Amino acid sequence: MRNIFRGFGAVFYKETLHVRRDFGTLFFSLIIPLLQMLLLGYGIDTNIRQINTVVFNADGRRESRELLDRLKNSDTFHVVRYVNSDVEMNEMIIGGKARVGIKIPVDYSDKLLHQMSAQVLVLIDGSDSSVAGQAINVTTAIGLDESLRRALTNNASLAVDMRPKLLFNPDSRSPNFFLPGLTAILLLNVTTFLTAFSIVREKERGTLEQLFVTPVKPMGLLLGKLLPYLGIGFFELLLILTFMRFAFLVPIHGSVFLLALLSLPYIFVSLSLGILISSKANTQSEAMQLAFLTILPSIFFSGYIFPRETMPRVFYVISYFVPASYFINITRGVILRGAGIHHLWLDGLALFAIGAFLLIIAARRFHNKVIMA
Amino acid sequence: MTTPTLPSEGGLPGTDPAISARGLVRTFGRFTAVKGVSFEVGKGEIFGFLGPNGSGKTTVIKMLTGLLPLSGGEATVEGLNVRTDAERVRERIGYMSQNFSLYPDLTVTENLTFYGRIYGLGAQRLKTRMQEVIELNGLGPYLNRLASQLSGGWKQRLALGCAMLHEPKLLFLDEPTAGIDPVARRQLWDLLFELSSRGITFFVTTHYMDEAERCSHVAYIYYGKLIADGTPNTLRELPDVQPPGTIRVEITTPEVTRALARARQIKGVRSATIFGQSIHALIDDHLELEDLRERLSRSGAAVGEIRPLAPSLEDVFVELTYKNQAANGNHQEGQSEPVEAKHA
Repeated sequence: MRNIFRGFGAVFYKETLHVRRDFGTLFFSLIIPLLQMLLLGYGIDTNIRQINTVVFNADGRRESRELLDRLKNSDTFHVVRYVNSDVEMNEMIIGGKARVGIKIPVDYSDKLLHQMSAQVLVLIDGSDSSVAGQAINVTTAIGLDESLRRALTNNASLAVDMRPKLLFNPDSRSPNFFLPGLTAILLLNVTTFLTAFSIVREKERGTLEQLFVTPVKPMGLLLGKLLPYLGIGFFELLLILTFMRFAFLVPIHGSVFLLALLSLPYIFVSLSLGILISSKANTQSEAMQLAFLTILPSIFFSGYIFPRETMPRVFYVISYFVPASYFINITRGVILRGAGIHHLWLDGLALFAIGAFLLIIAARRFHNKVIMA
Repeated sequence: MTTPTLPSEGGLPGTDPAISARGLVRTFGRFTAVKGVSFEVGKGEIFGFLGPNGSGKTTVIKMLTGLLPLSGGEATVEGLNVRTDAERVRERIGYMSQNFSLYPDLTVTENLTFYGRIYGLGAQRLKTRMQEVIELNGLGPYLNRLASQLSGGWKQRLALGCAMLHEPKLLFLDEPTAGIDPVARRQLWDLLFELSSRGITFFVTTHYMDEAERCSHVAYIYYGKLIADGTPNTLRELPDVQPPGTIRVEITTPEVTRALARARQIKGVRSATIFGQSIHALIDDHLELEDLRERLSRSGAAVGEIRPLAPSLEDVFVELTYKNQAANGNHQEGQSEPVEAKHA
């Protein structure tokens, strides 16, 4: 009998029993990602809103109150306190109780009435650059807008009217940005951990050695072990997508079927990575450490949090070797931009290539270090 | 009990041996783990393969089961060349490793089912074979118990059951009794004798000398070289173990250490070792036993009975090891021939 998948059925049978017996692990490996998703989905908002602001309005007349209303209505500033001196304003900022201080001088309304330039002091705490940037942008824009309104005669229109339109995520919702990326990270976690553990456990118990003395073929063994976890990974993906769509209301613009299809090479990569880890690790704790080692680059170099394009050149190059980069491109493409196969086939191919490469290395390592040892 | 149709006699002259190894060599980089090992195991034999840890026992097993390619030499197992037919070899042998290699989170039935399916038994055959194996190993009361909840002895029986589901004619047992209570050990050996009488060959490694004594054929490997090969009785009669003009005696005494110190000073005593409440000594046969007793008594120790003793296998292996060390200077080099003792 020259069946290269020999023993597949038996191993598959046994592996599904392990999964069923060890229900706790399965449950947690499915639930913890959902918890992570809840935290990130609800807890993190990259849009800067409601910055704590202290106001010293020395003028106090109608024009100054109108300006303050406009600032408040921008949703960027949240006035925590009105003060009556520069000292108090400074104290609030140094004490961290406010990030922005707005001082309207006593002659603000007078200068406006006399067609003179009125100055407004905006003090910004620069210790958080994204907050500072947002405060600068919004205050300058409002100042410019206010000036234009006063300079232009009634009903005159702007010479140049820039009309930015946000495609795909019109409200700039953070979950729309984060969750498709998170899908990639979570999927990688679960499948890599589960496969690595399932093989390392057999090493620890000595059953792997036993299997090598049976007529089971390496391909039968590997496939039988991996297929149940491929199934779990796929189920996990569907769970995450369902959650994302119905709990976080992230619309899926593209085809779910395409996403599922393109997730296969990615799960393949995770499984291969799991095998590679298990060829090195001899205990479950070693496997755990190695698996964490693979997760960090996936988080930081994949564009999940920081855009790849703004990375220093070295990291940008590294990001091409991180499988999650491709899958995040796929998930964001399909979910947010409604991209089709003709946009994303290259990413799918890249994943498949990485997966095959890892599997070959893993198989070689297994042959040399595990069987021959 | 349903009896599988197997030849009832083992070691038939004229039949092919179960294992034939000729000049096995295995190197790992610059280190040679197995240095030209040759032996034959007849069908139905219980072959005890002994040696210190790290002496190459496991490497030889791995070569014979087709896990490790041979660096040199030839081996056939059940008539199949392990170099070219490793997969078919694995179909015909059973292997039980020292840690029993069971899945603790699977029940007895599930473990058996898994191993049966690994060997490709069809549903019907699997069912009948499981029935036979369960009966033979007395696993009946534990079928739905998880393997992790079995005691050592029962784990071992289950492991043996898993290894013999596919009716192998040859079973490799790597330290089958390590960490097992004496009763379970005795029961396992009873089972081995029964199976061996049905023509199944066993290749057993062990550290227990009493188990070695039970084997029909033993070999001793010492740092990659086979230094003894034969039946326990032929090994006992080897000139290296029992040099001409010497006898082996057992001296009973309550004060073994004092008596031992004295014994080693007596001319004509070639070697002496403590065994519990007695001393085993190899002495020149012209030394009178009464004379020996009197000289020992001068140490102040009360000397009881002194009687002739056949060398134990432990004596055999100790003597051969010393001899080998002396011949080589160091055990890593040298090419002295293994001591051959053909079956009587």
